[in-house]
Amino acid sequence: MRAFARLLDCLAYTQSRNRKLALLGHYFRSAPDPDRGWALAALTDGVPIRMPLRRMLSDLVGRFIDPVLYRLSRDYVGDTAETVSLLWPDHPVELAPPSTLASTAMSRARGGDAGEKSKQLSLDFTPTPTLSPQGGGELRGAHLLHRKELGASSLVEREFEEGLIGHNSAEAEPASLSLGNVIREMASGTTAERTERLGRLLNQLDASGRWALLKLLGGAPRVGVSARLARTALAECYGRDVSEIEEIWHALEPPYLDLFAWLDGRAERPDPGSKPVFRPVMLAHPVEDDDWPKLAAEDFVAEWKWDGIRVQVAARGGDVRMFSRQGDDISGAFPEIRSAFQGHDCVVDGELLIMRDGSIAPFNDLQQRLNRKAVTAKMMTAYPPHVRLYDLLFDGPDDLRTLPFTERRARLETWHARHHPPLTDVSPLVPFQTFDELNALWSSARAEGIEGLMLKRRDSTYQAGRIKGQWFKWKRAALTLDCVLMYAQRGSGKRSSYYSDYTFGVWTQDADGERLLVPVGKAYSGFTDEELLLLDRWVRDNTTETFGPVRAVEPGLVFEVAFDSVQSSTRHKSGVAMRFPRIHRIRWDKPVAEADTLETVLRLMSGASQAVGRDAPPA
Amino acid sequence: MASVSPPVDSWLYPSDAGLYCEPGDFYIDPHRSVERAVITHGHSDHARSGHGAVLATHETIEIMKVRYGDDCAGAFQPLALGTPISINGVSVRLVPAGHILGSAQVVIEWAGKRAVISGDYKRAADPTCAPFELVPCDVFVTEATFALPVFRHEKAEHEVEKLLGSMAAEPDRTHLIGAYNLGKCQRMIRVIRDAGYDAPIYLHGAVIALTELYQRLGIELGDLRPATTTDAKSLRGGIVMCPPSALGDRWSRRFGDPVNAFASGWMRVRGRARQHGVELPLVVSDHVDWPELIATVTEVGAEDIWVTHGREDALVHYLATLGLKARALALVGCEEEAE
Repeated sequence: MRAFARLLDCLAYTQSRNRKLALLGHYFRSAPDPDRGWALAALTDGVPIRMPLRRMLSDLVGRFIDPVLYRLSRDYVGDTAETVSLLWPDHPVELAPPSTLASTAMSRARGGDAGEKSKQLSLDFTPTPTLSPQGGGELRGAHLLHRKELGASSLVEREFEEGLIGHNSAEAEPASLSLGNVIREMASGTTAERTERLGRLLNQLDASGRWALLKLLGGAPRVGVSARLARTALAECYGRDVSEIEEIWHALEPPYLDLFAWLDGRAERPDPGSKPVFRPVMLAHPVEDDDWPKLAAEDFVAEWKWDGIRVQVAARGGDVRMFSRQGDDISGAFPEIRSAFQGHDCVVDGELLIMRDGSIAPFNDLQQRLNRKAVTAKMMTAYPPHVRLYDLLFDGPDDLRTLPFTERRARLETWHARHHPPLTDVSPLVPFQTFDELNALWSSARAEGIEGLMLKRRDSTYQAGRIKGQWFKWKRAALTLDCVLMYAQRGSGKRSSYYSDYTFGVWTQDADGERLLVPVGKAYSGFTDEELLLLDRWVRDNTTETFGPVRAVEPGLVFEVAFDSVQSSTRHKSGVAMRFPRIHRIRWDKPVAEADTLETVLRLMSGASQAVGRDAPPA
Repeated sequence: MASVSPPVDSWLYPSDAGLYCEPGDFYIDPHRSVERAVITHGHSDHARSGHGAVLATHETIEIMKVRYGDDCAGAFQPLALGTPISINGVSVRLVPAGHILGSAQVVIEWAGKRAVISGDYKRAADPTCAPFELVPCDVFVTEATFALPVFRHEKAEHEVEKLLGSMAAEPDRTHLIGAYNLGKCQRMIRVIRDAGYDAPIYLHGAVIALTELYQRLGIELGDLRPATTTDAKSLRGGIVMCPPSALGDRWSRRFGDPVNAFASGWMRVRGRARQHGVELPLVVSDHVDWPELIATVTEVGAEDIWVTHGREDALVHYLATLGLKARALALVGCEEEAE
């Protein structure tokens, strides 16, 4: 537990991605099996033990601390696991359940001397009588001692003793505290039994160990490491490509002994067999001006780029999984999609959308269903999902990824015509002869739900990552609006000393006709390092209020903000939000009164054709 | 026949300017200008400028002069620790509080009762000041800065080991240590010296004057140099002391990619450390932690405990469960200690 606790501690306080990779890599290569596998589980999909941890903890804590103090502490710290890890006494506490407490304590006390007895009875935070030379054994009497001049030396001694117990890291940790052992202990038994075991474990650990234990069991350690970063670190420290791990990841189970055996070179790469697994996704490059001369229209097919999230659905052996582009399993939030593919044997690539009566809902609606472990019936009715298919990677046992796009596309159409899973359709190809014709077609197309166009080389095989020259995304030329800087927030990592995240707004009028600014978006890119220095200085010089890392500023600086589209949003007071906003230009010269208004923004949103311009390809 | 003493709160009570001793006609740590003030220690929420006369330890007076100027009070009267004097028949004595250099508890005796105003205090060892002395009393006035059971400070020596470990692991990065510029900063330097580190330690401009005062008052702090006039490259791998507000501020950019450390009792809580962008939290405090606080208020044996700034709700509640009489002393103008 000590090495794992150290790892979590370091990760939590480190902002640099490279340093996090190094810390993880060092741990994975030095920790023993199965500990490192359980650690990997804690940082990715969680340790598969279910128990009412919160209730067990409040049961344990209630035995030695006043409930009001516990509540006040929890309110201050803001996290149950951390509160318990900090509250837990550093000297072992007697944890017999309340009913048996008295008899246990008495039988123990009979054997020990007075000092020992007091220590075992120390169920609350009354100072132990060792503080007072006169008070040995008289726990609740300690504060009654009157007019006795007591030096500080007794306190220092106590500290010294605790210091030795708490911090002697040279001493080897008992095997009972290994991650493997802890998991084994906590994996079975009644809640009551597991509560007692958990108490005994907490008694043997220091504050950071207790925190690590509770994060191991409770999940979501929040140390700034995504599941993908953990897998990347694992791959990199063994000199492997992360896709090699991703391809088999979802067929593996904690503590991943077979995975580590392969990485160590002791075994073959684990075979996913009949389980649905993630296949690394093929991505596109944005098409640049100097790409056009090199592209021949006849070599490409075009399809719409829908404004949802890219997903992969894998169905095999009676199980169905849906993965994000990063390989995270998001099936739990979309049971409808799982049942739609039930019984199939395939891997498809598509866009996840919210679809009502055949039309695509704004991206904001999709966001309501993302990042959830479970979903309510109400959510399912209000935000019905749909998968629009782009590609077929596996048809039964056949791996189609080495086939050219056109052949895969034919297989996709045939497959879909035959099986037609509900809540799916095939994204249509957009027929064209020349890029100019395509451009014209796009201009007249209805913009709803379309984020751009995809150009895919007819002979492109399906390969992991962004392969040069194969797939291109052709996005609209951005829309721009002049917005006024309202708030600035400190960045993180290298930018932690800079106000680098900007919230900006446009003008509107309140009920009395007064002009005021309402926020429409937030951006943290699109400017140079030199500009960042100037912006940072401007923010500091024009601050009106400070809220932790955020500063409100005078309305005094205009940004020309570029964005892809405007959608309705409940997050902003203005009722609208920009998609993909970035700072296009800093208008140091422009008076704020001349910035755009909410009416302009709303017009952009309602207009059927929101494109006011786009990069025209050369003929 | 035993005479009945008047209750302490009939002659010692909070008023608009702060805690007031009526028969002695003086205030303790007043937050407004008054004629006569007894000052426990030099932190700005206790020692303010503009009083008519100030009674304090020699060190506290020197600290006030450095912070506010030589004429920041009409008159100064230094009082040695442990020596009682009489003010209008009220006996006043200063005893060590163990908080920072010069910090004292004010022991007031009148009409057969004794009140101890402890100011800010700690029980842990601190090589830069005299250790806290326990004075049994009838009324004990205590701070409650860290009055929640989640607060248990580490030993400073242990945290300095952690610092030196981090320096060994990251030899190319400068370690910036944010520490309150009076007390914490100098204590950290002293403990770092005691751990055997004798290379120069560099100082942010805001900590120089008080650190030099500590040296003049006899605290050995070794080779100290200003950080700002030193070539940033030669600081690589070294230690720079700065006020917490300088961490992540523009000033810190000169050090490239420093390790931000913060020495404070608040660092025990992860959220607080992450909020400051701290990479190396050092849980070192000049205040009592929860066990020390409970130990102290019980050991003084007071019949009445008055709780000042901090988390007085938790402390008052808990002392009541122990059968102790405790109440919050609402001292207007005492904000959270900027530790």
